[in-house]
Amino acid sequence: MMSPVSRLSFPSAATSAGCLIAFVFAFQLAFLGVARTAHAIEIQEINTAEGIKAWLVEDHTIPLVAMRFAFRGGTALDPEDRSGLATILSGTLDEGAGDLESQSFQKALKNDAVRMSFDAGRDNFYGRLQTLTENKDAAFELLRLAINEPRFDAEPVNRIKAQIAESLKRQENDPETVAIRTWMRIAFKNHPYARNTDGTLEGIAAISPDDLRALKTRLFSKQNLVISVVGDIDAQTLSQLLDETFAGLPETSDAKVVPQADVTAGPIRTIVEMNIPQSVIQFGHVGIKRNDPDFIPAYVMNHVLGGGGLTSRLTEEVREKRGLSYSVYSYLSPFNQAGLFLGGAATQNERAGEALKIIEAELQRMADDGPTADELEATKTYLTGSYALRFDTSTKIAGQLLGIQIEDLGMDYIDRRNSLIEAVSQADVKRIAQRLLKPGSLIVTVVGQPKGIDPIEASQ
Amino acid sequence: MRKSAFSAWCYSLFRMAAASTLLLLAPAFSASAAKLGENVSTFKLDNGMEVVVIPDHRAPVVTHMVWYRVGAADEPAGQSGIAHFFEHLMFKGTDKLKPGEFSKIVARNGGQDNAFTSQDYTGYFQRVARDRLPLVMDIEANRMTNLTLTKEDVLPERDVVLEERRSRVDNNPSSKLSEQMNAALYLSHPYANPVIGWEHEIKALNRKDALSFYKLYYSPNNAILIVAGDVTESDVRELANKYYGPIPAQPDLKPRSRAKEPPHQAARRVIMRDARVDTPRFRRVYLTPSYRTAEPGEGPAFEVLAQVLGGGTTSRLYRKLVVEDKTAIVAGSWFSGDFLDSGTFGLYGSPAPGNDEIALEAALDAVIAEVIEKGITDEELADAKRLLIADTLYALDSQAKLARIFGSALTSGQTVRDVQEWPERIEKVTPNQVLAVARKYLRIEASVTGLLLPLKTASETE
Repeated sequence: MMSPVSRLSFPSAATSAGCLIAFVFAFQLAFLGVARTAHAIEIQEINTAEGIKAWLVEDHTIPLVAMRFAFRGGTALDPEDRSGLATILSGTLDEGAGDLESQSFQKALKNDAVRMSFDAGRDNFYGRLQTLTENKDAAFELLRLAINEPRFDAEPVNRIKAQIAESLKRQENDPETVAIRTWMRIAFKNHPYARNTDGTLEGIAAISPDDLRALKTRLFSKQNLVISVVGDIDAQTLSQLLDETFAGLPETSDAKVVPQADVTAGPIRTIVEMNIPQSVIQFGHVGIKRNDPDFIPAYVMNHVLGGGGLTSRLTEEVREKRGLSYSVYSYLSPFNQAGLFLGGAATQNERAGEALKIIEAELQRMADDGPTADELEATKTYLTGSYALRFDTSTKIAGQLLGIQIEDLGMDYIDRRNSLIEAVSQADVKRIAQRLLKPGSLIVTVVGQPKGIDPIEASQ
Repeated sequence: MRKSAFSAWCYSLFRMAAASTLLLLAPAFSASAAKLGENVSTFKLDNGMEVVVIPDHRAPVVTHMVWYRVGAADEPAGQSGIAHFFEHLMFKGTDKLKPGEFSKIVARNGGQDNAFTSQDYTGYFQRVARDRLPLVMDIEANRMTNLTLTKEDVLPERDVVLEERRSRVDNNPSSKLSEQMNAALYLSHPYANPVIGWEHEIKALNRKDALSFYKLYYSPNNAILIVAGDVTESDVRELANKYYGPIPAQPDLKPRSRAKEPPHQAARRVIMRDARVDTPRFRRVYLTPSYRTAEPGEGPAFEVLAQVLGGGTTSRLYRKLVVEDKTAIVAGSWFSGDFLDSGTFGLYGSPAPGNDEIALEAALDAVIAEVIEKGITDEELADAKRLLIADTLYALDSQAKLARIFGSALTSGQTVRDVQEWPERIEKVTPNQVLAVARKYLRIEASVTGLLLPLKTASETE
């Protein structure tokens, strides 16, 4: 019953119930940091006989294999009246496949200590497989079954639907989740990005096994597939296993393309009343997409502002100087069809208005003056020096390689990344800060009973 | 992904924290292989500081940790939260560093740092490139005894801790229930107090209390240095002697001794209603021994029992209540034994639509009664062992996780050897041992049952 209490939780950890936040953070980390020392990582490009492509980093130190993969296409493709479909798919693929019914499939995973999981993001559908080397054949065979021959029997489908529905109900009472979901609804209006990735109670209730089969067919194809593998396996063995696992998929799929998304401009302030002692504040506006040439300068800028944990300006002003919040942060959240600049804080109701004013002032100060030379230098040495920390476990390396592939950054990205950071000048950061940060146009959602924050309705 | 996220979410941080240190408590190769951690070495400095080195040369980085054998359960009466509050204050200034400079130096050198507090330990760590190890040792050694606290440092940080409490506990009915259950579980032992502290006691903490706490507990003879990653024992020995070696031991440090629990003779129930609760949630926590206080074999037997009863979708509780009978939407169990004085065994669940918490509790109790009567099958035992031992193999992938496993064990009265031999001890568990711990410790009189319920409806209140 006694969990350790940390001095600082980064947003991904702090909001364990906030799936969206956790997701965007994971996503961002996946392709944004790689390092000077990381050149030791040697990536092999796999092209199998059946046309499956993958990146492999061989390391035989520990008898484990870690694989991450993704199909391009996620919850943003859910039909409007089946909102939650991709999430239910992620929960039911391992609930029975081939001749194995739900319990038999789960037991087979346990028998060989195979770790398999799926996760639906807005733009991508992710899979993970981890296995002891000695059990890799069984692990890949179970994955083959899950991807190619899921059963979608009524019992597990209904059970998982009920669990996701229950999770949704709980999230409706969780202030962090309510704050970010309200924010997304305001920002994206009728665009599919506005929808909760877990869907709606009505959408989930309507989902049938046939809907799941249809989504699987739409989403899973060789053309849509990105794979990275790290660990105790050689290229030839992996090629065979990949062919056995994925060759049965169709070459192409007819997944729709998510339309370009516009982000609503503020100022908008929405207060969601909840009887809690602390107000949870979510703020943000349009940001920058990953393929924008200014993404790296923007990333450096955000690090100085609110991305740098204990050393950021927001932490210094809101937490260290005034004791207003345990956690205060900002981040860039690039989706395929829109970029976001987002941030959050949590402050006792009485002082919520004060905290928000300070945050807005810090955004303005950064937009006006950019970082100091010293801040820029410290940020560069942090970002370049810490890149190697993203490569110290097989699962982390696999995640990095997957992100680099999803974003088409190139196989040499790990070697190039630190020089991209080094090349950022103070003028670059100031320019991007001016372009990006618009404290007068923020959408702010606050959950709680905040003092000193008045609602501002959307214009029109 | 979804399923595991969901079940963990039910028991939230507790389950995660317990599981992460416990299920992974030890590194060792699978049943067929020798014990792991054979490359882990340990030694002591002359001033009493213990050192553990966990080599992992796959990446050129290191995890540097200093663990102090002091936690919330060592706090003076009426000062709950001071161990954790003090952990925050360690990032203020020293004779050489300005407030906040510690983390800035680490970051400027491409490193990450943080700290954590539990009932039995307080830990500080940095993750850096291999060549920055001397630098972080230098500043960590500096703040072990040279902290200078001003009033201006202390008061805003106390507000930060109060905000942390609001975020983690007061804003969250599920956490509030757990805090209340915890307070009801212990009759005399200080584990009854929350690690973060009671709000009114946090508000009264001050600089003087913090400094006297610091002077007594922050010393090399109360600390364990753990370095994991791209280092060798001889590297660490040389550096540790250079940076930590000169710090004098604290002669006034006494053996850790906390109030003892009397026999538990009455089942307790804690019921909390909240407008933000929709589906009821059920929890029960039994007081058990910890790894340190258990009879030989009991700790591993508890791990097996928790796995068989409630470790995932093929466990008895999930299969019977969630899949077959549809009594529950989620159900499971856990064991948490990495503590100095006692451990806990927990059950959790939520009723499925159309059921209530009364039916759920009856169904859980039936599963418990059955295991107390008949024990577990040989097949269940073999399955659980395989999984638990595989978990230790997976833990090998992360130097930071291994460092935490060793730190948590050593600060709760176990040894490096205990950790190394954990897989062998799991392997030796017999069905009779599992039956014995179930019979001996799953006594309702030694438990607290907690219910988180919606507000009463009009018809219920009439």
